[in-house]
Amino acid sequence: MIGLSGFGGYIPRLRLSRKSIAEVNGWIQPGIKRLGKGERSICNWDEDSVTMAVEAARDCLDNQNGKQLRAIYLGSTTLPFQDRQNSGVVAAALNLDEALSTIDITAAQTAGTSALVAALDAADGAKEGDILVLASDARRTRSAAQQEMTFGDGAAAFTVGSKDVVAELLGYHSVSIDFVDHYRGDNREYDYNWEERWIRDEGLLKIIPNAISEAFGKAGIAAEDVDVLIAPSTLRGVSAKIAKMVGVSEESLAESLDGVVGETGCAHPLVMLSHSLESALPGQVIVVASFGQGCDVLVFKTTDAIASFKPSLGISGYISRRCEETNYNKFMAFNDLVLQEKGMRAELDNQTALTQLYRRRDMLLGLVGGECDVCGTHQFPRSRICVNPNCNAMNTQKPFQFADIPSKIMTWSADHLTYCPDPPLHYGIIQFEGGGRFLANFTDVDVGNVEVGQDMRMMFRIKDYDDLRGFRRYFWKAAPSNQTRN
Amino acid sequence: MASGIRDKVAIVGMGCSKFGERWDCDTEDLIVEAFEECILDAGIDIKEIQAAWLATAIEEVHSGKGGIPLAFALRLPYIPVTRVENFCASGSEALRGAVYAVASGACDIALALGVEKLKDTGYGGLPQRSRGVLNSMWWANYSAPGSFAQLASAYQAKHGINADELKRAMAHISVKSHANGSKNPKAHLRNKITEDQVLSAPIIAEPLGLFDCCGVSDGAACAIVTTPEIARNLGKKDLITVKALQLSVSNGTESGHNSWDGSHFMTARIASTRAYEEAGIRDPRKEIDLAEVHDCFSITELVTMEDLHLSPEGGAVKDVLDGFYDSDGGLPCQIDGGLKCFGHPIGSSGLRMIYELYLQMQGRASERQVENPKLGLTHNLGGAPHQNVCSVAIIGQLGA
Repeated sequence: MIGLSGFGGYIPRLRLSRKSIAEVNGWIQPGIKRLGKGERSICNWDEDSVTMAVEAARDCLDNQNGKQLRAIYLGSTTLPFQDRQNSGVVAAALNLDEALSTIDITAAQTAGTSALVAALDAADGAKEGDILVLASDARRTRSAAQQEMTFGDGAAAFTVGSKDVVAELLGYHSVSIDFVDHYRGDNREYDYNWEERWIRDEGLLKIIPNAISEAFGKAGIAAEDVDVLIAPSTLRGVSAKIAKMVGVSEESLAESLDGVVGETGCAHPLVMLSHSLESALPGQVIVVASFGQGCDVLVFKTTDAIASFKPSLGISGYISRRCEETNYNKFMAFNDLVLQEKGMRAELDNQTALTQLYRRRDMLLGLVGGECDVCGTHQFPRSRICVNPNCNAMNTQKPFQFADIPSKIMTWSADHLTYCPDPPLHYGIIQFEGGGRFLANFTDVDVGNVEVGQDMRMMFRIKDYDDLRGFRRYFWKAAPSNQTRN
Repeated sequence: MASGIRDKVAIVGMGCSKFGERWDCDTEDLIVEAFEECILDAGIDIKEIQAAWLATAIEEVHSGKGGIPLAFALRLPYIPVTRVENFCASGSEALRGAVYAVASGACDIALALGVEKLKDTGYGGLPQRSRGVLNSMWWANYSAPGSFAQLASAYQAKHGINADELKRAMAHISVKSHANGSKNPKAHLRNKITEDQVLSAPIIAEPLGLFDCCGVSDGAACAIVTTPEIARNLGKKDLITVKALQLSVSNGTESGHNSWDGSHFMTARIASTRAYEEAGIRDPRKEIDLAEVHDCFSITELVTMEDLHLSPEGGAVKDVLDGFYDSDGGLPCQIDGGLKCFGHPIGSSGLRMIYELYLQMQGRASERQVENPKLGLTHNLGGAPHQNVCSVAIIGQLGA
């Protein structure tokens, strides 16, 4: 049996109220006012498609007891690096064994489902280890673009293999059609979009239903067997129309997350799939379709194992881990949509010594410190001589990963002086359960809501941008745990 | 067993420039301004100086590297000049170099000079600078006020002190230093302030407000040292000698091992204990007449009084609020205004602290003179609470 052996996801905590966008931009784009209800997820200033992919992967893997992986397929159209493997950064952050195949899949809104199709194709059961499939997108738009209202940022994660399958692949169908509803050319920051009515009538409502019907045949199911249909579109009524055209009841349509998260680009069909699996019962048929220069349709049937699998927080958990943002200016600043005076302190040269980054890659990307063989003391970073003043043994430390170890705030401050895109910059010494500590930057904190003793969880984030050279440094920051509101 | 530095070296001349925003001065001007006073005070010829130590911390924004800036500025006669850098404790390090050179007999007369020209950066606060290729990749982005502010959160948690009470004690520290600084013609900040002003000032790094932070200044200070014998031969009477020079440098225990609680400076406790031993001091709270501590931030001064074993642990808030460290208190602290108001040209500060004690012991501190001090302590700190270098020096009248 080939299929999904686990699932998870990630939605950034910040949710920009769409009303706050409409209030600012409605004067120039009156059309967006009708979309001004609900909210959309937005990356914090230190998040991107890679950091979201890492969090989604952790969400998926946390409860899988160190599952063996042989590949990562990362689907995204907003990868931070054009030539440096982004899935390789994810692998390093997850501190995975280097005997691993990592592949970035990009350049279409089907990138997420294509990654999943490729993984399912490769999962023949003969090879040891699952394939981690990630889809993550943080699509940028110009200010006042309609898509600014409808898009959201997010990521989904799945493990694909032949053991412990929670959703079996019954079949899939892919078509490749050069239907250019939008494109983003070389060296262009934003998409160029064609007329919506044409996209709807000639694209979505022709290409998707046809592919779904083909997939039904390949999977050996009939329309009435479908329990959940995922066929997202930001255009009103399109998903319902597709359901009707393929003979599936409208009630079977999965929650679109419009007005809650927004459309998360190539990740969205998989974000919805991950979300649907959270509440799926054994034996349910779930169909997921994507759209972008063609279409991928995958048909899954949940197994008995679905009842016992839980992601760490899951898409719904991350939806609940929410902080409303009504400051549209902040969104503009985070996304370089406005030329902002950042002050001279922002001029610090953040060149990264790539030699140094490589030597300490497990420390810097995987948050791997040391554990002393002699006294057992945990320490970050790993050093040649044990930090324990009662030990100080030399060359005794073996790697010890701190990323998933809970910690507490020991000291802190909120700094208005140091440059930070979202001041004040919070940081403090965090102390890990079982030993080890360091002075860490905090992220996703609420001003006035930080205290000594607070429980924290490490998150993989952007530490610094090097705008001069187009590089960004990743490292781990401490974020308050228990931010989920029920 | 080492016998220590006590009374082996005398200070025979000192000088200090005016501290402040010296828009009209280069590093060279500041060096010469301090040196002119110092050489006149010492009454020697510049050619008698056999070795020199230059302290400057952030040389990349002013003088450039090496010993050359000092040798050039003073046209020193091709003698050894060593530049030392140990964060904000650099000035004390220059003094240590010169004092050790004289004590060892390697030279008769040595110069220690600290200088910093910080006000050429175009913005307030300390210059931003690289922290090393690896550190930049994982150290939290932080500022000096933000790193020292960490003390307040841990001190409060450890001693169960109410945030408002701690803030009030911190305010008292700054009000006291401004009152002292107002009497010092060389001080950067000479205005008196009120507790209300401190408490209502804008926050720089929670809970530190503007008046909890010291000045960022330009300035230079220097000392000429020799043996007591040569000092007497120069006609000096009532010699001021070095009693102790200690330095403790963090080895990473605080930042990496769970044994430190974040509320105090391990280094200061160690350096002061060693210094008292070196100086033969048994009860510092009673024996020390004056203290110049590294009050880069009000909270630093507060916890330092405990680290120097002057206030009992957890007792600094009470001592501060009782006025024990005020100019008319039991142990006047920052009688010259301290870093807070005299200013903090980094490489100069350690020597500036010594300068004030030297004047006080010679009865030359005019309006701010305290009555007949015999032993004084300087505490000069660099880095951040979780990793720092801490110098404690004790000077006093010969025989005290």
